[in-house]
Amino acid sequence: MAFFGKFLRLVLGACAFLLIIATSTPSGAQQVNPTASSVKEQQLLQELNRVQGRVSIPDQRSGVLEQPAGRDWREFRNVTLRWIGGIAILGMLAVLVIFYLSRGMVRLESGRSGRSIVRFTAFERFVHWMTATCFIILAISGLNITFGRPLLLPLIGFEAFSEWSQWAKYAHNYLSFPFTIGVVLIFLMWIVGNIPNKVDVDWLKRGGGLVGHDHPPAYRFNAGQKAIYWIVVIGGAAVAGTGYELMFPFYLSGIEGMQLAEIVHSVVAVLFVAAMLAHIYIGTVGMEGAFEAMGSGTVDINWAKEHHRLWLEEENARTGANDARPQPAATAAE
Amino acid sequence: MARMKFLCDADRCIECNACVTACKNEHEVPWGINRRRVVTINDGKPGERSISMACMHCTDAPCAAVCPVNCFYTTADGVVLHSKDLCIGCGYCFYACPFGAPQYPKVGNFGSRGKMDKCTYCAGGPEADGSKEEYEKYGANRLAEGKLPLCAEMCSTKSLLAGDGEIIAQIYKERVTKRGYGSGAWGWKTAYRETIES
Repeated sequence: MAFFGKFLRLVLGACAFLLIIATSTPSGAQQVNPTASSVKEQQLLQELNRVQGRVSIPDQRSGVLEQPAGRDWREFRNVTLRWIGGIAILGMLAVLVIFYLSRGMVRLESGRSGRSIVRFTAFERFVHWMTATCFIILAISGLNITFGRPLLLPLIGFEAFSEWSQWAKYAHNYLSFPFTIGVVLIFLMWIVGNIPNKVDVDWLKRGGGLVGHDHPPAYRFNAGQKAIYWIVVIGGAAVAGTGYELMFPFYLSGIEGMQLAEIVHSVVAVLFVAAMLAHIYIGTVGMEGAFEAMGSGTVDINWAKEHHRLWLEEENARTGANDARPQPAATAAE
Repeated sequence: MARMKFLCDADRCIECNACVTACKNEHEVPWGINRRRVVTINDGKPGERSISMACMHCTDAPCAAVCPVNCFYTTADGVVLHSKDLCIGCGYCFYACPFGAPQYPKVGNFGSRGKMDKCTYCAGGPEADGSKEEYEKYGANRLAEGKLPLCAEMCSTKSLLAGDGEIIAQIYKERVTKRGYGSGAWGWKTAYRETIES
């Protein structure tokens, strides 16, 4: 009996042992599942939209494993920017053509007086043209980066387009320096005279003389010119700042910062180009007698009277000249 | 034709960096450039994982889409390559790439980034297969010799897999089934818009 009891205990014990093994094997495997607490890609991407870790190579920036934000930037560059740029630039050109065809050149209504007054000094003109030359090259080389591949590459082929784009890139990078200096000088030398005031409100209300044949008074710079000034100063600062951020990668920001910088740079730049098209228009074919202000530096007295009456009065008061024949008589007398 | 992909089995990677070294040596990659790197996430914490990452040779590659001079091309094997003769070093592919693959030799940040360099899947560039010019610009062309990328070939734990996407996905799936766990094919969703269900 004692033997039977022993045997029964052994059998029961064996059965219990087998049962424990049988039931514990699958649950045991799950307990050692090492992925239970492991990092998960999709979770990390949802939290930060990037995956970052540690690398043992010297380039610590390569610790960013994944940043899918590049795909959003791609969408901006290839689709959004082309729409913004296309609409801004072609739209502005269309407006200018329509305006020219309907309004024509803004004529000097009282004709030329034959007498002139200095409007911009040699230094002012130098700064203007240095900035303008740089701007045109920067604009063309910049537009090439956005629109060159669909528009120019099919026409001239891969090798020629690459060669041209390489030089355009060098020009874009290096001419940014004189351009920036130009913007700073423009800011400093014309800040007096470009602070908006009450005269501008009146000027704007009367359509600036562009609509109809009105001649609202203005000091040295009218509201339209002030707008151009601030576009150059603020737009120029924005493109220069973001441009240098891209030229010196990782000095100011990481990759997201550079994506953002490129977005700001390109949007401001295409709007800047559109604004400058209007500036070029009114300074050349849009208005009689306007180009010589930046060309020879002098304008006809009648032009000054029609477009900048208050400035002419100021100048006359300053030089002590009255309206009638100042310079020729004075020189003749000497 | 095969569709070549990389797959890093993060549950196997031991962060030995042999793939990094193999790549640098095989292609004589310039100083300062790493075509492949190993990133450790949650280093020293529970759940830490290391992932070996290089160019993933994306489907509909963002680098190729944003390149202003269109210097990228995809081979019949689905490998994304570029021409250093056409590259102007503008840096756009590097903004677009989700994996930080494009890098530039430091010719100087001042206006000249130099020609972009990235993983070629050991498939060289547009020059004649195995030519001296190809080797100097892009490194060895193992694919033309019928060999797979060296990083994966010599991975000591066979964590890094290279080869036809369907085959390596199958190998990974079998591993996951057999061992009962897997933290997924890192980067696949971003690169190929698909992932391996397991």
